[in-house]
Amino acid sequence: MSVDISQFHQVFFEESFEGLEVMETGLLQLGVGEPDLEAINTIFRAAHSIKGGGGTFGFTAISEFTHVMETLLDEMRAGKRLVTREAVDVLLEGVDRLRGLLGSARDGTAADVEEIATTGRRLEHLLNGQQADAVASAAAAAAEAVETHGWRVRFVPAPHLFQTGNDPARLLRELTSLGPCRVDCDIARLPDGADFDPETCYLSWTIELDHDVPEAAVREVFEWVDNDAEILITPLASEVAPAATAAPAALAAVPDAPERRSGEDRRHDESRRQGESKQAATASTSSIRVDIDKVDALINMVGELVITQSMLSQLAADFDPSLIEKLQSGIGQLERNTRELQESVMSIRMMPISFSFNRFPRLVRDLSAKLGKQINLKMAGENTELDKTVLEKIGDPLVHLVRNALDHGIEAPEVRMANGKSAAGTLTLNAFHEGSNIVIEIIDDGAGLDRDRILAKARERGIVGEHETLSDEQIFDLIFAPGFSTAAVVSDVSGRGVGMDVVKRNIKDLGGVVEVESTAGKGSVFRIRLPLTLAILDGQLVRVGEEVYIISLVSIIESLQVKPEAVSSVAGQSELYRLRDEYLPIVRLYDLFDVKPDSENLRDGLLVIVEAEGRKVGLFVDDLLGQQQVVIKSLQTNFRRVDGISGATILGDGKVAMILDTAGLIQLCRTQYQPSKPWQPERQVA
Amino acid sequence: MHAEMTQQGAAATGVAANAEQFLTFMLNGEEYGVDILRVQEIKGWESATEIPNTPPYIRGVINLRGTIVPVIDLRRRFELEAIDYTSTTVIIVLRIRTGDSEKTMGFIVDAVSDVYNVTPDQMKPAPEFGGQVRTDYVKGLATVDDKMVILLDIDHLVGADAAFGDADRTAH
Repeated sequence: MSVDISQFHQVFFEESFEGLEVMETGLLQLGVGEPDLEAINTIFRAAHSIKGGGGTFGFTAISEFTHVMETLLDEMRAGKRLVTREAVDVLLEGVDRLRGLLGSARDGTAADVEEIATTGRRLEHLLNGQQADAVASAAAAAAEAVETHGWRVRFVPAPHLFQTGNDPARLLRELTSLGPCRVDCDIARLPDGADFDPETCYLSWTIELDHDVPEAAVREVFEWVDNDAEILITPLASEVAPAATAAPAALAAVPDAPERRSGEDRRHDESRRQGESKQAATASTSSIRVDIDKVDALINMVGELVITQSMLSQLAADFDPSLIEKLQSGIGQLERNTRELQESVMSIRMMPISFSFNRFPRLVRDLSAKLGKQINLKMAGENTELDKTVLEKIGDPLVHLVRNALDHGIEAPEVRMANGKSAAGTLTLNAFHEGSNIVIEIIDDGAGLDRDRILAKARERGIVGEHETLSDEQIFDLIFAPGFSTAAVVSDVSGRGVGMDVVKRNIKDLGGVVEVESTAGKGSVFRIRLPLTLAILDGQLVRVGEEVYIISLVSIIESLQVKPEAVSSVAGQSELYRLRDEYLPIVRLYDLFDVKPDSENLRDGLLVIVEAEGRKVGLFVDDLLGQQQVVIKSLQTNFRRVDGISGATILGDGKVAMILDTAGLIQLCRTQYQPSKPWQPERQVA
Repeated sequence: MHAEMTQQGAAATGVAANAEQFLTFMLNGEEYGVDILRVQEIKGWESATEIPNTPPYIRGVINLRGTIVPVIDLRRRFELEAIDYTSTTVIIVLRIRTGDSEKTMGFIVDAVSDVYNVTPDQMKPAPEFGGQVRTDYVKGLATVDDKMVILLDIDHLVGADAAFGDADRTAH
C-alpha cells in the first residue's frame, strides 16, 4: 500500500497549528490548583492529535516531544498531578517549541535543537520530579519484565470500528508478523442472529505475543485504531510485577492501581469520544475549511456576474420603449440578487477578529510577568468579522500597539496605587463595525501620553518648529512620525525593533487610519479604522481623453471646476490651486500618464481634490463619469506592480480600467512629475 | 493552408515519441515557434487598456473572461517596424513561468501559422549573433519543410525583461 501521504502534510500542519492554539488558549484558562477536567481534556485531545499526526507522517521529533507533554496532561486529567503555575508555564513553553518544530518541519528548515532540548529537559524534569520514586521503581521493574517476556495485548474494538475503515483481521495479521502469537477471541458481546448488524464489531481479542519485541512495535500496529478501541498492552510477566503494567505506557502510573487505571482510561476514552463528537458537531456548524483559491474563484465568478448585470443595465438604457418597464424591473431584481450573492460570497472570506485577538491573552500574561505589572485583559467584539487578508495583516500592528500599551501605557502597581488607581491596570481590546469599516480599539487605563514631553521631543528633533502651536490631536499624531522612537516618548524601555511609523504605514497599506485619544493620568485609546475588505471598492469613474480611471471615493474630498484666478504657478514650474486657505498642487493626469486629453486648458476640465497621507493634490481630468462599486483585480497576478496604480477592474462594457492609487500617485508626482506645459496665465486662460 | 495541413498530418503520424510540438506564428515575414503546451488560447486582436508608465511594447491589459491579462506587441518588443493591426492579427495567450509563479500573458503577432513536430535532432542551437543582438530567448532554430523556424524560450523572453519585474520600479 503505497499512498503518497505528503499530500496530507498541509492539512496536518494546519490542524496542528490550530491544535496548538487550542492548547495555548486552554492552558491560559487553566486555573492553578483547580483543574477543570473539560479544559484539561481539550488540551490533551489537541496534544494527542498532534502526536498521532506527527507519528503518522514520520515527524518523530514532533511526536516524541508531544508525547512527554501528553503524559503530563494525562496525569493532570487523571487527577494524579496538580495543576501548578510551573507546570502551565513549562507546557506553554512546550507549545512554543512545538510551534517551532512544526514550522521548521513545514518549511524544511532546521529547528532550534538546543531550545527544544532545554524545554524537553524541563518537561522531563517536571514529569519525573514529582513522582520520581514511583516512576523509578516502576520503570526498573518494567525494564526487567520487558527484557525476558513478550506482551499480552487486550484489544477491544469499539462497535463502530468497521465504519472507520479498519479491519481487526488485518491488525491481527500484522501482529502475527511480529512473531508467534496466541490469539483468544472473546465472543461474549455477540448478539442473537436477529439483532446482528454486520457493520458492527462485536468481537474482542486477547493476544499473547511470546516473541521479544519492543512495545513500540506492538503499539504501532494499533496506531490507527487508537481512538476507536480499547488497547491494553501489558508485559506477559504482569502477574509477577503488577506495578510495571501501566508504567511503560504512561511513564508514571501510580503503582498500586493498574486495574483502576484501565477503568479510568475507559471512562476518559468515553468522555473523550463524546467530547469529540460534540466538538465535531459544533465545528461543522460554526466553521468550514475552505481552500482560499476556491473562494477566490467564487469571488471572481460573482464579480463577473456583477459585470453582466451592469452590462444588461446599459443595454436597457436604450431598449424598445414598449418592453422597457418589464426589463427594468427584471434588472432591478437581478441587481438585488447579485448584490446579495456577492455579499454572501464575500462573507466566506470574512473571519472573526478573534483569530487575531486570541494571541493576546498569552502575550499579556508573558509580558506583564516580565514587566512586573498587573494587567487585566478584557476583550469585546471578538466575533466582529473582517476579510482574511486584512485580518492577517493587522496582526503585527495590533501586537505592537498592545505591547506599547503594556510597556508605556499601564504603570507599575506602586505608581498606580500612589495615583489612587487600582494596582491592576486594564487593557481592553474592542472591535465593532461602523458602516463599511471595522474599528479596533486598544484602550488602556494607564498614564496617558505625555503631551508636553512629546512636543518637546518633536521640537528637539526639528519635526515641529519652535513657534508652531499644535492641537492635542496633532501632537499625539507625532508619535507615528518616522524616527520618533516610542521609547523616547514615555519610558526608557527600548529595543523594540519596529516603530510606530511602521504600525501606521501597515495600517495605511490596508487602506485604514489610526488615531489616538489620550487623557493624562486616565489612559489612552488607539483606534484603528479599516475597510472590511480589500476586494471591492466604491469608485468614482473619471475620464481623460479616451481613458477611464477609477478613484477610490474615500480619498476624494471634492471635485470642482477650475476658477482661473485661483491658479498660480511657482517658478514657472509647478501649478498651485488656491482652495479656500490652502494651496494644492495641480497634477495633470494626462501628463503623468502620457495620454491625449480632450483639452489641456484647465477651464475645460475638472479638478478632483484627493487626499492621501495627509497631503492633498488636485487631479486634473476631462470629465467625471459615474460612481460605482468595482471589483478590484490585481495587476500583479499576470504582470507587476505599477506606480500610481493600485489595480484594475472590468467595467460594464467589458473594458479594463485602471484604479488609481492616490497615495502612490501623490508620491509619483513628488518624485517625477514635470508638467510639460507649465502654467502661463496669459496664454491659457485668456 | 491545405498543403500545410497535409504536411502537418504526415508529420504527426510519423514522429518519434520525443518530438516537441510547437505552435508557429508569423512576425515580419519570419516564422517563430512556441511550445504548444504553453498556449492557452488564440484570440483576435481587441483594443487594450494602456498601463501608464510602461514601455511602448506593452500594449496594455485586456479582459480575458474576468482575468486581467497584459498584452505585448512582439513586433515592438523585437524592435521591428510597427504595422497597423489587420484581420489576421491575433493575440496568442501563453502561460509564462517566472520564478515560482505562473502568469498569463498575451502576445500580439501578425498571424498564426501552423503546428510542427520538432525532434531534438531537428533543433539547432541558436548561433551567436554577437554584439548587441540578444539571443538568450531563442531556444533554437529548426528546419521544417526547408523553412527556418525560430523557437522561442518564452519564459526567458519575459523573465529577462526588467519591464515585467517589480524590481525595476525604482529604475524608472
